[in-house]
Amino acid sequence: MHQFIWLIPILPLVGFILIGILNKRLPIQWSGGIASAAVFLSFLISLGVFKEVQMDNFVPERIVLFNWISAGNLTIDFAFLIDQLSAIMLLVVTGVGFLIHIYSIGYMHHETDHPRFFSYLNLFIFFMLLLVMGSNYIVMFAGWEGVGLCSYLLIGFWFKNTEYNNAAKKAFIMNRIGDLGFLLGVFLIFMTFGSVSFKEVFEGAKQFSSNDPTITAICILLFIGAIGKSAQLPLYTWLPDAMAGPTPVSALIHAATMVTAGIYMVVRSNVLFALSPYASEIIAIVGLATAFFAATIGLKQNDIKKVLAYSTVSQLGYMFVALGVGAYDTALFHVITHAFFKALLFLGAGSVIHAMSGEQDIRRMGALKGKLPITHLTFLIGTLAIAGIPPLAGFFSKDEILAVTHGYSLPMFALLSITSVLTAVYMFRLYWLVFYGNFRGTEHQKTHLHESPYSMTIPLMVLAVLSTIGGFIGMPEIFHAPHLLKEFLQPIIWKSIAHHPSHTFEYTMIAVSIVLLIIIIYATYHTYVKRGQLPEEDKDLPAGIPMLLTNKYYVDEIYNTLITRPLDYMSGFFSTYIEKGFIDKIVNGTGPALQGLSGVLRFAQTGNIGGYVFSMVVGIIAILLLTLIVY
Amino acid sequence: MLTLVLIFFPLLAALGTLILPRDNAKMYSFISSLIQLGLTAYAFTLFLTQGVDVLAANYEWVPGLGISLQVGLDGISILLVALTNILIPLIILSSFRNNYSNPSAFYGLILLMQFALIGVFSALDGFLFYVFWELALIPIWFICLMWGGEERIRITLKFFIYTLAGSLLMLLGLIFVYLQTPAPHSFSIEALYQASLTAEMQGYIFWCFFLAFAIKIPVFPFHTWQPDTYTDAPAQGSMLLSGIMLKMGIYGIIRWMLPILPLGIAEWGNCVMILCAISIVYASVIAIYQKDFKRLIAYSSIAHVGLITAGVFSLSIQGLQGSVVQMLAHGINVVGLFFIADIIQRRMKTRQMDSLGGLANNSPLFSILFIIVLLGSVALPLTNGFVGEFLLLLGVYSYNAWLAAICGLTVILGAVYMFRAYQKVMLGEVHERSVEFTGLAKSEKIVLIIIAALIIVCGVFPKPILSIAQPALEEIVLNLQGVN
Repeated sequence: MHQFIWLIPILPLVGFILIGILNKRLPIQWSGGIASAAVFLSFLISLGVFKEVQMDNFVPERIVLFNWISAGNLTIDFAFLIDQLSAIMLLVVTGVGFLIHIYSIGYMHHETDHPRFFSYLNLFIFFMLLLVMGSNYIVMFAGWEGVGLCSYLLIGFWFKNTEYNNAAKKAFIMNRIGDLGFLLGVFLIFMTFGSVSFKEVFEGAKQFSSNDPTITAICILLFIGAIGKSAQLPLYTWLPDAMAGPTPVSALIHAATMVTAGIYMVVRSNVLFALSPYASEIIAIVGLATAFFAATIGLKQNDIKKVLAYSTVSQLGYMFVALGVGAYDTALFHVITHAFFKALLFLGAGSVIHAMSGEQDIRRMGALKGKLPITHLTFLIGTLAIAGIPPLAGFFSKDEILAVTHGYSLPMFALLSITSVLTAVYMFRLYWLVFYGNFRGTEHQKTHLHESPYSMTIPLMVLAVLSTIGGFIGMPEIFHAPHLLKEFLQPIIWKSIAHHPSHTFEYTMIAVSIVLLIIIIYATYHTYVKRGQLPEEDKDLPAGIPMLLTNKYYVDEIYNTLITRPLDYMSGFFSTYIEKGFIDKIVNGTGPALQGLSGVLRFAQTGNIGGYVFSMVVGIIAILLLTLIVY
Repeated sequence: MLTLVLIFFPLLAALGTLILPRDNAKMYSFISSLIQLGLTAYAFTLFLTQGVDVLAANYEWVPGLGISLQVGLDGISILLVALTNILIPLIILSSFRNNYSNPSAFYGLILLMQFALIGVFSALDGFLFYVFWELALIPIWFICLMWGGEERIRITLKFFIYTLAGSLLMLLGLIFVYLQTPAPHSFSIEALYQASLTAEMQGYIFWCFFLAFAIKIPVFPFHTWQPDTYTDAPAQGSMLLSGIMLKMGIYGIIRWMLPILPLGIAEWGNCVMILCAISIVYASVIAIYQKDFKRLIAYSSIAHVGLITAGVFSLSIQGLQGSVVQMLAHGINVVGLFFIADIIQRRMKTRQMDSLGGLANNSPLFSILFIIVLLGSVALPLTNGFVGEFLLLLGVYSYNAWLAAICGLTVILGAVYMFRAYQKVMLGEVHERSVEFTGLAKSEKIVLIIIAALIIVCGVFPKPILSIAQPALEEIVLNLQGVN
C-alpha cells in the first residue's frame, strides 16, 4: 500500500483537472462519473491503508513528496502522515464523499453546469485529504484554507444570485478570521519548538509542564482557527447562510467533513491541548454555549436546511465539549457517527426538496411519507440516530460525551442534557411536519411529487445502515463489548484526561434518556400531527422569545451594526478625511509653501545696489556683534 | 560581461524600436524582450553552474571620483532581473489589443525602462545605482504623461516631483557616505560597506535613504502620489510601476541600507515597522471603499508592499526570504490584476465596479483565471502569495508578536476587498451591458494563462527561488547580527 498512498489525494486532483479542462466537451453525465470514480479509487486505497494500520507491527509512516518551503532553520516538507487518526479520517472523507458524489449525479441532473460542480467537488476532496493527511501544520493549513475556498466556490455555485454570493463571501471571510488565529498559533509553535512538523512539536511539547503559558497561548490561537472552521460561537453565523449552496454540498462540506476539521485539528494536537487544562476549559465552555445556543435557534426555524444547519452547529459544539473535557477519542467518535447521520439527514432533505420542486419551507410540506417511502424511512433513521435512540449510532457517541462531561462538571452536564432534549424536540418537530399531517404545498407541487432516482436513494440507504450500526465501534463498558474505536486510537492519544463514569450512572442515564425520548416523540406527535399545529407565519409571530429565536437572536444584525458598517464607515473616513483631507493636503501644500518662500527670496533680489550695500553692512555688523557675544 | 549585455541590450533595442517603422514597433519590442528573456535564462544557468563571479564586471568610468562601471548579480538581484525580464514581454504582449498613438515611442520607452531597471538591480557602484535609479523615472514619466488618463498632467507632475525629491535626498546621503569611505574615496559597494559611520551619522543618513525608498515603494504616509498615478497611468504603465519599479525601493533597502546603516536601522527600525503596520491596515481599509477597480488594486498594492517592507525590517532570515519571494509574487499578481482591469475596461468602457457585474456568465475561462490571480493575491496556500506572506508574517512575528497580529489583518481584510471586488465585477445577474463582454483574445489568453501558471508553480515549488536567495540573504543577516 505504501507506494500508493500519495495517490489518495492526487486522484481527486486529477479528476478536478481533467473535468476542468475537458469541461463542456465531456458528454453530459461523464463529469459526475469521472469525479465519483476518482473518489472511489481513493476510497479503495484508503481501505488498504486502514487494513495496514490495524496490523500489530504498524508504526506511523511519514511520506515526503518534496521539500516545499525552507528559509533559515525553517523547513517544511510537503509530506503526509499515515497513522490511526489519518487512516480513519481518510475512510470517512472518501467514503462519505463518494456516496455524496453518487447522490449528486441524481440531484444535479437538471443543472446545465455539471462539469463545474463536479470539478469543485473533487477539488474539495483533494484539499480535505491534504488536511487530514498533512504531516505538519503547514500542509494541514493548505488543506484547511483550500477547503474554505471550495466551500466559497460551491456555496456560490449559482453565481447569478446575489444573496448566495453574499453567503459564500461571508463564509470565506469568517473562516479567514479564524485562519489568522491559526497562523499566529503556528508561528508561536515554530518559535517555541523550532519546527512545525507534528512529530517534533509533540515530542518537544512533552517536556513542558502543565498549564505552561506558551502552550496555553498556542492552544488558544489554534482553537480560534477551529472556531472559524467548525462554526462555533462567535464565528458560527456563516454556516446557516452556507445552506445557499446545493444540498449535496451542505451534506458533504457543511456537515460531514469540512466543519469537523477543527475537531480533527484538536485531536491531532491532543498533546498540546492535554497540557493546557486552562485552554481546554475555554474549549469546553465555548462548545457548550454553542451547542445550547444553536439548539434553541433550531427550535424555531422553518427552513428544512436551516434546522439541520443549526443542528450541525449544535452537534459540533458537543464535539468541542468532549475535546474540552479531554475525551479526544469520544469527540472523534461523534465526528464519525455525525458524519453518517447528518449526511443522511441532509441528503434526505435534498431528496424532499427535489420532490417538492425546490420548496424548503416545512410549513409548505407535510404528508410526504407515502409519496417518498425510502426518503421517509431513511430520514426517520437519521432522526432517531441524532436524537439518540439506542442502539443507533448517535446514541453511543452522544451518551459517551454526556458521560465524560458528567465526570468533569455537573452544571455543564446538566446544560448539555437539556441541549440533547432540545435536539430531539427540533428534530421530531421537523420530522412530523415534513412527513405527517396534511399536504400544504401547491397543487403543482403535489402533482410533481415523486421518489428520487436510485442514484439518490442508494446513498441514502447506505448511510442509513451506517447510522444504524455505526455506533457499535464504541460501545460503553456495561455492554461488555470492546470499545473498538478507543483501542484503535490509543497510540495517537497521549493522555486522556477524561473521567469515566460508574456503571450505575450509565444504566440510569440510558433509562432516563429512553423515557425522555419517548415522551418527546409523543409530545411532538401530539402537537404537530394530532392537533395539527403549524409554526406561525413570519408576520404573525408573537413578540418575545419566539420572535427572538426565529430571528436567530439578531446576531447577524448585531454584527452588521458593530463590525460591517463601522468598517465601511472607517473606510470612507480614511479615504475622505485622512487621505485627501490631511496627508495629501500636506503633500500638495509643499508646492505653494516653496513658492511662498521663493517669493520672499525674490523680494530680496531687487537689483538695487543701495539695497545690497545696506544689507551687507547690516550683515557685517551682525557678525561682529555675534563674535563679541560669543567670545 | 554578460551582465553588461543584459543591461545594454534593452537600450539598443529601445533605440532600434524608435528608428524602425512604427507599424511594427509592437512586434520588434516583443521579439527583443524575448531575446532578453533568453539571455536571462542563459545568465541563470551560468549563475547556477559557475556561481556569482561569472556575472561580475568592473570597468573604470570616472576614476578621479572613484566611480566605476561595476555590475554583478547575486542571488537576490538575479531573481529581480529575472522578474523584470519575464514581466516585460508579458507587459508588451498585454498591450497587443490596445492601439496606442505613436507606438514606436511607447514601446521604445518600455524597453528604455527595462534598461534602467536591470541597471538598478545589477549596479554595484553607488553612483551607478543612483544614475539608473533616476534614469528609470524618465521613461515611466513619459509613458504616464503621454498615454495616461484625463488628469495625467497634474498627477504625473506630482509623481515626478515627489519621487525626485526623495531621490535627491538619497544622493545627499550617498555622497556623505562616500566621503566617509577609506581614502581614496570610492563609490564601489565594497568601499561603501566599509565607510566608517558613527551611530549618529547613520541615524541621519537612514532617513535620507529611507525617504527615497519609502516614496518609491510607497510606505505610509509617503504614498499619496501612488493611487492617482496607478489609476491614471495606461495599463502597461501601472504594470511597470507596481510590478517592477516599486521593487527598486525594497531592493535598495536590502542591498544598500541594511549593510551600510546597521546602526541607523537599529535606531529607527521600530519606527519603520510601525509605519508598515499602519500602511497595511490603512490601505486595506481604504481598499474596501473603492469603487474604481484599478484604484482598489493600487491600495491593495500599498498593503502588500507594506508587509514586504515590514518583513525586510524584521531583519530575520525568514522575513528577508519572504520579502524576496513576495517581490516576485507581487510582481506577477499585480500585473495580472492590472491586466484584468484593462481587459474589462476595454470591453465595458468602465472600471466602476457598481456598473459592472454578471461577467462570469460570458467567459468561464476568464473567471477561472481571474480567480487564480485573486487567490495569489489573497495568499491562499499553494499559490505564490502564500509562501511570501507566510514567511513575511513569520519574520514579523519573530520581531514582535503583536505587530504580526496587526500586520496579519491583511489576511482578513485582503479577502474582504478582493472577494467583494470579484463579486461586484464578475458575479450576479447578467444584465444588458454585461452581454457585451466577449471572450478572451489569443494574446490575452496567453498572458493570463502564463501568469496563472506562474502563480501556481511558484506556490507549489518555491524551493528553487528560496535556495537561490538564501546565501546572499544569510550574509546580510549575519552581518547585521555581527554589528548589533
